[in-house]
Amino acid sequence: MAFGPHLLLATLEGLVMAAVLALMALGLSLVFGVMRVVNVAHGEFFMLGAVLAWYFSTLATGHPAIGFLLALVLSPLVVGAIAFAAERLVLRRIHYNPEATIVATIGLLYVLQQAALTFYGPDANPVVPPFNYRVLLPWFGYSGYKLAVIGASILLITLTWLVLTRTRIGLVMRATQYDRETAQAFGIPVDRVYAGVFALGAMLAAVAAVLIVPIQQAHYLMGTDPLLLSFIVVIIGGLGSLRGTVVAALLIGVSDGVISVFFSPTLAKMLATLLVAMVLVFRPQGLFGTAAR
Amino acid sequence: MSGHLTARDDARVWGLHFGLIALLFAAQYVLPDYHNGVIARVMVLALFAMGYNVLFGYTGLLSLGHSMFFAAGLYGAGLPIYHFGVHPLPAFAIGIGCGTALALLVGALALRTTGVAFMIVTLMFAQVAYLMSLWLGEWTRGDEGLTLSRAERIIEIGPMFLDMTNRDTRYIIAWALFALGLGITLLIARSRFGRVLVAIRENEERARMLGFDTFANKLASVAISGAISATAGAAYVLLFGYMGSTFASIQYSILPLLWVLLGGAATTLGPFFGTLLMFYLAEMSNDALNAWFPDARLNQIGIVGVALILLVLFFPKGLFGSIRERWLKWLP
Repeated sequence: MAFGPHLLLATLEGLVMAAVLALMALGLSLVFGVMRVVNVAHGEFFMLGAVLAWYFSTLATGHPAIGFLLALVLSPLVVGAIAFAAERLVLRRIHYNPEATIVATIGLLYVLQQAALTFYGPDANPVVPPFNYRVLLPWFGYSGYKLAVIGASILLITLTWLVLTRTRIGLVMRATQYDRETAQAFGIPVDRVYAGVFALGAMLAAVAAVLIVPIQQAHYLMGTDPLLLSFIVVIIGGLGSLRGTVVAALLIGVSDGVISVFFSPTLAKMLATLLVAMVLVFRPQGLFGTAAR
Repeated sequence: MSGHLTARDDARVWGLHFGLIALLFAAQYVLPDYHNGVIARVMVLALFAMGYNVLFGYTGLLSLGHSMFFAAGLYGAGLPIYHFGVHPLPAFAIGIGCGTALALLVGALALRTTGVAFMIVTLMFAQVAYLMSLWLGEWTRGDEGLTLSRAERIIEIGPMFLDMTNRDTRYIIAWALFALGLGITLLIARSRFGRVLVAIRENEERARMLGFDTFANKLASVAISGAISATAGAAYVLLFGYMGSTFASIQYSILPLLWVLLGGAATTLGPFFGTLLMFYLAEMSNDALNAWFPDARLNQIGIVGVALILLVLFFPKGLFGSIRERWLKWLP
């Protein structure tokens, strides 16, 4: 293949990655923005989403789309319920102390990994894509499902944005984010908002995972890389900024896709991580964020 | 910290620490083979935890990247021996030097951030170090790791002959390094410098207003913490003869945090007892659970996870933190 089509392929792969990453990072960013805590277990919610997607898809018989749709609906719900329970049982009791929350979510990360290893096992399993359609480009055929993932991600992000800016729930969330105490004084049940936001964040990671399992297999250790990547995206985009998160996901996803086609993926990851650490050191508000209030 | 210490408290502190060191020395003669090996390993890892405690406990900075300092000591000492046949003694010094230099560099950069950002930056630097240990696979053999042969682990200077594949030699070297580390943390905890670190932890603005250069003090804390961690890493490769990328992974940044939390942050004895307790706890509960549920594929990550959550929820001060709060106010 010539350089041009090769680059196009790399960009397309990068866009698929960016689509999934944006969803997942959005969840992380939402939790940090509203609750001011870092959820280190976010990658494991992604992993759980994928593993559950595999489980639900094996329950259904007949056309693979049935199993996939079942997974798309049920997997985020179950993950959301687990996150909700974790928030009520652990995070609320330590009063969202930033450092204690980090330690507790590290603990949660290991517990979820162990649970997946116990009940799901050490093997990687694929989910059959809901449809097999190849889009024929002049140079190569491209998986229609991958393009659908990009579309689904755009749809879901728009939906989240609409909920945040146009609905009462979004208003309540933004009020809590802006000033917790004043929100409480105005009768907003801050406590319940926190639980809801934490569950919602986990559900976004789970949806991202369901979308990716037909492309990448479900495995109990698959949460670590996406976690670090979403940290990177959220930092570059500016913590708590939705627009920044999406732009950063595009930037990181596409450049990661392109770089790993042309260079060693380990080297690419190394340089990207180093670069982001430097951004955080010299521009802590992120590339698109504004300085903290 | 407990304000004014009387002369009697002073004697108690020294007595307690010397007592522990003497007890550990005597233990080598009574411990059965298996536990002898365990305690030697625990002492080396406790050194790592003590290094972590200087930064996390006394200075109040939560780092998620200490595996890179441990790994710098490990590879800094191990690779020159393996590839260039360097004598173990200078190699040990090279390992410590690598870790200290890395700590100074990382500290100078990461200390520009505070709070959560500091944690993420250290995590990322450690991830870079981990990836580098994989990327340089030609030298490090990545996850598979490298093993030092017996000949590479013998120190012979004049009449002194130390064979680190020998059980007793291994124990005594681990013990000596542990005693040194404990002495250093005790001195730091009771020094003016240590009190400045605690002041920074409690209220950095106020410490700065009192005229202390908080950045320089924090940087010194990172450097000392990194140097002690690297010493543990360098000792590990010499005593146990193995180096691999696992030691640079995130897990080895989380473990010292767990040990320090369990033993009690900002206590001199906490890191050792946290490491000791966690080792036996993980070992025993893992064996017991695997006996009950043979098909559950349990490894220690689940136990580590449950321990972290329970500690944060019900036992945030840890073992010696709670003892200090309830009974022995004079504990350093």
